[in-house]
Amino acid sequence: MSSPVLEIVDLHKRFGALEVLKGINLTMHQGDVVSLIGSSGSGKTTLLRCVNLLEEYEDGVVAVAGEQIGYTKKNGKRVRLSEREIARQRAMTGMAFQHFNLFPHMTAMHNVMLGLIKTRRMKKDEAHSVAEKWLERVGMLARRDHYPGQLSGGQQQRVAIARAIAMNPQLMLFDEVTSALDPELVNEVLSVVRDLAKDGMTMLLVTHEMQFAHDVSSKVIFMDDGRIGEEGPPDQLFRQPKSERLAAFLKSSKFS
Amino acid sequence: MDYNFNFAAVWRDFDLLMSGLGLGLILAVISIAIGCFIGLLAAFGMLSKNRAIRWVSAGYVSAIRNTPILVLILFTFFALPQLGIRFGKIESFIVTLSVYSGAYLTEVFRAGLIALPTGLREAGLSIGLTEFGTKLNLIIPVMFRNVLPSLSNNFISLFKDTSLAAAIAVPELTFYARKINVETFRVIETWMIASLMYVLACYVIAAVLRQVETRLAIPR
Amino acid sequence: MEIVRAFDAIWAARWPILDGIANTLLISGLSILFGTALGVGVGLLLSYGGRIVRFFVRVYSDFLRGTPVFVLILACFYILSVIGLQLTAFQAGIFALMLFCSSHVGEIVRGALQAIPPGQTEAAKSIGLTFRTTFFSVLLPQALRQILPTWVNTATEIVKASTLLSIIGVVELLLSVQQVISRTYLSLELYFFAGFVFFLINFVIEKAGRIVERKIAIPT
Ligand SMILES: Nc1ncnc2c1ncn2[C@@H]1O[C@H](COP(=O)(O)OP(=O)(O)O)[C@@H](O)[C@H]1O
Ligand SMILES: [Mg+2]
Repeated sequence: MSSPVLEIVDLHKRFGALEVLKGINLTMHQGDVVSLIGSSGSGKTTLLRCVNLLEEYEDGVVAVAGEQIGYTKKNGKRVRLSEREIARQRAMTGMAFQHFNLFPHMTAMHNVMLGLIKTRRMKKDEAHSVAEKWLERVGMLARRDHYPGQLSGGQQQRVAIARAIAMNPQLMLFDEVTSALDPELVNEVLSVVRDLAKDGMTMLLVTHEMQFAHDVSSKVIFMDDGRIGEEGPPDQLFRQPKSERLAAFLKSSKFS
Repeated sequence: MDYNFNFAAVWRDFDLLMSGLGLGLILAVISIAIGCFIGLLAAFGMLSKNRAIRWVSAGYVSAIRNTPILVLILFTFFALPQLGIRFGKIESFIVTLSVYSGAYLTEVFRAGLIALPTGLREAGLSIGLTEFGTKLNLIIPVMFRNVLPSLSNNFISLFKDTSLAAAIAVPELTFYARKINVETFRVIETWMIASLMYVLACYVIAAVLRQVETRLAIPR
Repeated sequence: MEIVRAFDAIWAARWPILDGIANTLLISGLSILFGTALGVGVGLLLSYGGRIVRFFVRVYSDFLRGTPVFVLILACFYILSVIGLQLTAFQAGIFALMLFCSSHVGEIVRGALQAIPPGQTEAAKSIGLTFRTTFFSVLLPQALRQILPTWVNTATEIVKASTLLSIIGVVELLLSVQQVISRTYLSLELYFFAGFVFFLINFVIEKAGRIVERKIAIPT
């Protein structure tokens, strides 16, 4: 069997004196969809950001497709990779943010094309047709010449997902992609994510939409104060929580 | 008050005044272009992780902003040659005005950079751009568009500051106004026309820049 | 050794230079004082004047702000004497700086009053306050806090602009230093010295402004 898409071994992350991740282990294979649930402040976002190297981590290993992310060993010492290497590694994973983070000065089309041209070194024409394909997939082709400021939140998020996925990443990271949206816009984004899962995209996602997590995931992880509190197939986790904490959390998030 | 107005004496030299106005505009355009470059560097400098770089950038801004521009002009033109740094008077003035505007633009750009959402940089990094690529493609273009109104204001006051080039005999509008004043003794007419020219030029520049601002503004 | 000569030259000319500094402070202080008084009037008329009054005050303010200070100083210096007002260069210079200051203070006051939410006036009316009481007890205290930082900035602008009076022969700090330069040719050191003294004056003004600002800040 080929190496796992994502392998996290004993990951520790600290903000000053505050230890936010206290030894995380996680292995994901091609096509896995893993959902992270848990109360606010439990470290879900931080975990995702470590995988995308938007945060540095002190201890442990994060490897994507068999390659350690961010660091290498030199003479037995752990040293950070060069900026260029890190940029290359970041492009191996795609990230969709809670607040979309579209580039406000570019049209939907150019938002998707930028990474293809600058990072993937595509010709303009090629980038254009790849971008077209993905905008079509997320149902945003008709709005390709609109600027982010001219789109609704749900539309912006779909463009942002197209931007990340067009880079053809090995792994997609979704950080609460619907929690900044008005309720009536949530479904258009969730259905895009659902389609991607159906197509076999490997995905690690943070969500507060419990029904969605239940339907889409191959595995659900309950994060509790920087540790994995409980993990397993969705049915088991949602129907038969072992710990008090998970049961309480599920009750408060009204999973039915 | 028995003063006989005679505008004809001043109108005769109106083309001189116009050429002076034109030179002032050119000086302001060149200086703000160089000033933008300096200001961008110093603004990133002020936000740098390196304490020495922060300190140098802040020192530059604070020193220039608290020193009268006339002292800077005279210093560049009369004192720097003592160190073997010699310019013609126009070049000397452009150097001064660029360094001067750079300090003010540093503040503008710094505020613009701070106001950007952190997500902009992170989104750039997440699609594999380097820090430099993020600055070049995202941070600077977005910040620049956001600060256009302050940039316009800075340009207008820079244009007015070109009047000080007369102090080192650069032939711009104020220089010619003084010349005509002395030669014709049409004191009131000369200064009325000169200041009206400045005021109207400021109005026109402001109107043009407002057009440019709406043209370049990020659509929303 | 040039440095030592420069210190000697400054020491030898300490009384004229101190006189120059005193003049700079006097010119700036009087201009700011009169200019602020006039400017508050301008700001009030811009905010509460009738349409016709507002129009004329707007023209006054725009004209003064569109004209470079240097041109304003030259115009006042030459024109005032032609129309029979026998003012010294010192007085004409202060007059020009006062006008300049008034237009800027006017805009600051107008902006600050405008920035107060209309709900404040309505709330005051609803508890039965007269316009007078509303203005002095509700609007002015809020506006003053917003005015202070920009007003301090204007004050430093006036200090810097006061150097322009050297060109019409007022012996303020810059001209007193230039007189030493013309005897010693130590332009590098002495312009540097002049710039440094101005830096200090403005630095003190800004620091003082910050302290007052913090003292009167509304707790949040
Ligand atoms: N940049 C940061 N600096 C300091 N503390 C942070 C930072 N980012 C997150 N934290 C802290 O780390 C903890 C985990 O945050 P986060 O990963 O955002 O949680 P979640 O996404 O599960 O709500 C929280 O206590 C948060 O306050
Ligand atoms: Mg989070």
